[in-house]
Amino acid sequence: MFGLGGGTSSYREIEETDVILLWGSNARDTHPIFFHHVLKGVHNGARLFVIDPRRTSSAQWADVWLGVDVGADIALANAMAREILDAGLANFDFIDNATTEFGAYVESIERYTLVYAEEVTGVPASVIRETAHAYAKADRAQICWTLGITEHHNAVDNVLAIINLALLTGHVGRYGSGLNPLRGQNNVQGSGDMGALPDRLPGFQHVENAPLREKFEQTWGVSLPAQKGLNLTEMFEAMEHGDLTALYVLGENPAQSEADQHRAIKLLKGLDILIVQDMLMNATAELADVVLPAAASWCESEGTVTNSERRVQRVRKAMDPPPGVRDDLTILCNVARSLGGDLGAPVAERIWNELRSLSPFHAGMSYERIERSGGLQWPCYDESHPGEMYLHGRLWERPVIGPRAPFSPVEYVPPFERLDEQYPLRLTTGRRLDSFNTGVQTASYTSPLRRGETIDLAPEDGQNLGVAEGETVRVCSRRGAVRAPVRFDSSLRPGLAFMTPHFPNEVATNELTIDATDPKSGTAEFKATAIRVEKIAAGVAQD
Amino acid sequence: MPPEAEQSDFTPTWQFLNPVPRGPVPKAPEESAQPEIELTIDGRETSVPEGTTLLHAARGLGIDTPTLCYLESLTPVNVCRVCVVELEGSRTLVPACSRKVEPGMQVRTDSPRVRLSRRMVLEFLASSVDVSTAPELQAYMDEYEAEPERYGPPGPAASDSVRDNAVPGHHDSPVLDAAETVEQPVKIDNELYIRDYSKCILCYKCVEACGEDAQNTFAIAVAGRGFDARISTEFAVPLPDSACVYCGNCIGVCPTGALMFRSEFDMRAAGTWDEAAQSETDTICSYCGVGCSLSLHIQDNEIVKVMSPLESEVTKGNLCIKGRFGWQFMQQPKKEADEAQEDAQASE
Repeated sequence: MFGLGGGTSSYREIEETDVILLWGSNARDTHPIFFHHVLKGVHNGARLFVIDPRRTSSAQWADVWLGVDVGADIALANAMAREILDAGLANFDFIDNATTEFGAYVESIERYTLVYAEEVTGVPASVIRETAHAYAKADRAQICWTLGITEHHNAVDNVLAIINLALLTGHVGRYGSGLNPLRGQNNVQGSGDMGALPDRLPGFQHVENAPLREKFEQTWGVSLPAQKGLNLTEMFEAMEHGDLTALYVLGENPAQSEADQHRAIKLLKGLDILIVQDMLMNATAELADVVLPAAASWCESEGTVTNSERRVQRVRKAMDPPPGVRDDLTILCNVARSLGGDLGAPVAERIWNELRSLSPFHAGMSYERIERSGGLQWPCYDESHPGEMYLHGRLWERPVIGPRAPFSPVEYVPPFERLDEQYPLRLTTGRRLDSFNTGVQTASYTSPLRRGETIDLAPEDGQNLGVAEGETVRVCSRRGAVRAPVRFDSSLRPGLAFMTPHFPNEVATNELTIDATDPKSGTAEFKATAIRVEKIAAGVAQD
Repeated sequence: MPPEAEQSDFTPTWQFLNPVPRGPVPKAPEESAQPEIELTIDGRETSVPEGTTLLHAARGLGIDTPTLCYLESLTPVNVCRVCVVELEGSRTLVPACSRKVEPGMQVRTDSPRVRLSRRMVLEFLASSVDVSTAPELQAYMDEYEAEPERYGPPGPAASDSVRDNAVPGHHDSPVLDAAETVEQPVKIDNELYIRDYSKCILCYKCVEACGEDAQNTFAIAVAGRGFDARISTEFAVPLPDSACVYCGNCIGVCPTGALMFRSEFDMRAAGTWDEAAQSETDTICSYCGVGCSLSLHIQDNEIVKVMSPLESEVTKGNLCIKGRFGWQFMQQPKKEADEAQEDAQASE
């Protein structure tokens, strides 16, 4: 946000804040140790508001649960903003000094009255009002979110709506106040920071910015494409059009993790060549022409990862990989050599030092300092710089240092797939505590918590459908159908159903999900599918 | 296509400025300085901020005091009494781990009375509890010349679930020629960790870690009174029927090995557990984006136990079920590779 892709605060600030809005995140189950910090905050007196269609285990810790309808988050945020303005709780000192586009924003939220918002979000107007007031009046306040915000067709707009709230109230760039996306995988943050994005070189340096690009070209002695590349969703579209015919996949399982799985597998099979570099023989690797077995990055290799508070941390080789298996660096350097390029010795620290010479944000982070401190937070400009606990303090300087932060007017647009008589239930997806994504890593330990995949329904819906708990039913969307046993879950309101992607070999949840994607981020709308649940008549088993 | 697809590209021009200009270095608000308190410990004068415990004041002077139930990350519960010190003017010995400094205190950490008290505490524990996997406690026993044998040979073990169902108010008369013990069968009710309450000294650390100090799951508590006191799930149900979420943060704080990874327990039973042959390497968990520090204990190129460093700012020593136990996928390919190699050798 404001030019930097990273959470603005540190975990320790959550412990010392006054109001926490956990938005589209069940951190209790999906980021359990982050939630420890949240609970410290709660025990220290912070008020916790959980905004989630499900009354999750996180929501059970909340002072207030806002059971927002799936995909209505922008209406909720805009209505909160309108209420904050109306009640005279906006921070005009901050707005005048540090922001732009305020006029356009005020205009854009005018139609989001509490009454309208109650109608489209399902959250009572009084609760929206209470949340808005608590957030705006707090001395310190945090908004944290996860995929409940970003796995939508309008992911970026959802995030912008949240950022607008922070700008309106001045809850960013100060100790204890901030905006924090919780990253879902151990190095999502670091991968982006290192330039594994279609438009960025390492250190958030835009590839289309010529002077920045030239800096890299000189160091690497090659010329770089001057235009940004494709995001994952665009890659699949390019495969469909025949423009993309070769794919090199590292540490991903798109055959099972992509929405609309039928289509994803078909497109992967249609490639001229599919290369997969992974530590396990996952479903995508099964489709590959070439599989490069890689050492585990977290315990069989040296390197760094970066967490959700921008902390660069060391991963270390604790054990040897199986015979014949190399670490990612070695494989990539060998592939480069086969192609006639020389990337130098595959030594993690040497490559890190090259990065430090190119990315000002990482310049001060020597391995020695990272190890001594247990991790440093970017930006860290030189070896005497401590790293930054929170970002955007510059917005509080007078005059503001650097560009002001713009408000971004965004409109509520309901989920792409509407409910109708044929598909009357809203399916949303997420993780459970003991499992992870497509289960490639978690399937092999024996968790006493694991119950296998189910279609979770509100007990009322179960009764209406005439199905019993444990009964296997057919779940259909406009793209596919799967069979799964029913589990009743009273954290779901009638009309809402829940599944996970953890057991794709038993229940291929992503055969149901829709690949309607956010054009700005390329994220698919995993969180909002229209489904129907059918009882399977005895003796009739036709799909 | 979703309606947004028609909108123009999002990136505002200022995002091309790179990097964003450098602002002031952020700082946490300074905590208001506490007034200094002067006191005397073992005849040495010292001055520490108000609110400091006697334990920390003593450690500041390089004087170490034994502790069993105390841990930096947990609220002191004052149950083990092994950290007691003598405070002039106090009728009883006071626990150093929780007693805060006061002006003019005269403290003695190693007086004969203190040593005797510590010795008796250690003897009572060691005569009733199996301390074979509690090296710290054993070291204290040497230091304080504890002789638990003088209470007689160990009394009979309780049979399965007898201690779990002890009813308040009723007690058999103690066996006079033997030391009563808490010996009982090991509880093995899941694949991840075991509970051997024959080794439990009731330090409460697991209860605290499961409760408000860390995990906030509240799956266990101390049940019963007196010698019947024991750590229990609700109604003593097996773990899979309890509220336990298998974070293993109780194992992380257990000082006696009463709570143990199933992997360690099985290897000890098989005689293959060999700490001398183990390495310990710190790395970062491979799951979600929180970035938890893991200390991997490796023996024969396999993970045998996963802990987290207490001093980690991210974890404070705590993990979740995935970080603590979700590493079997690392062993499987190795096992398969080993088997394949053996097969290949066999067929040669």
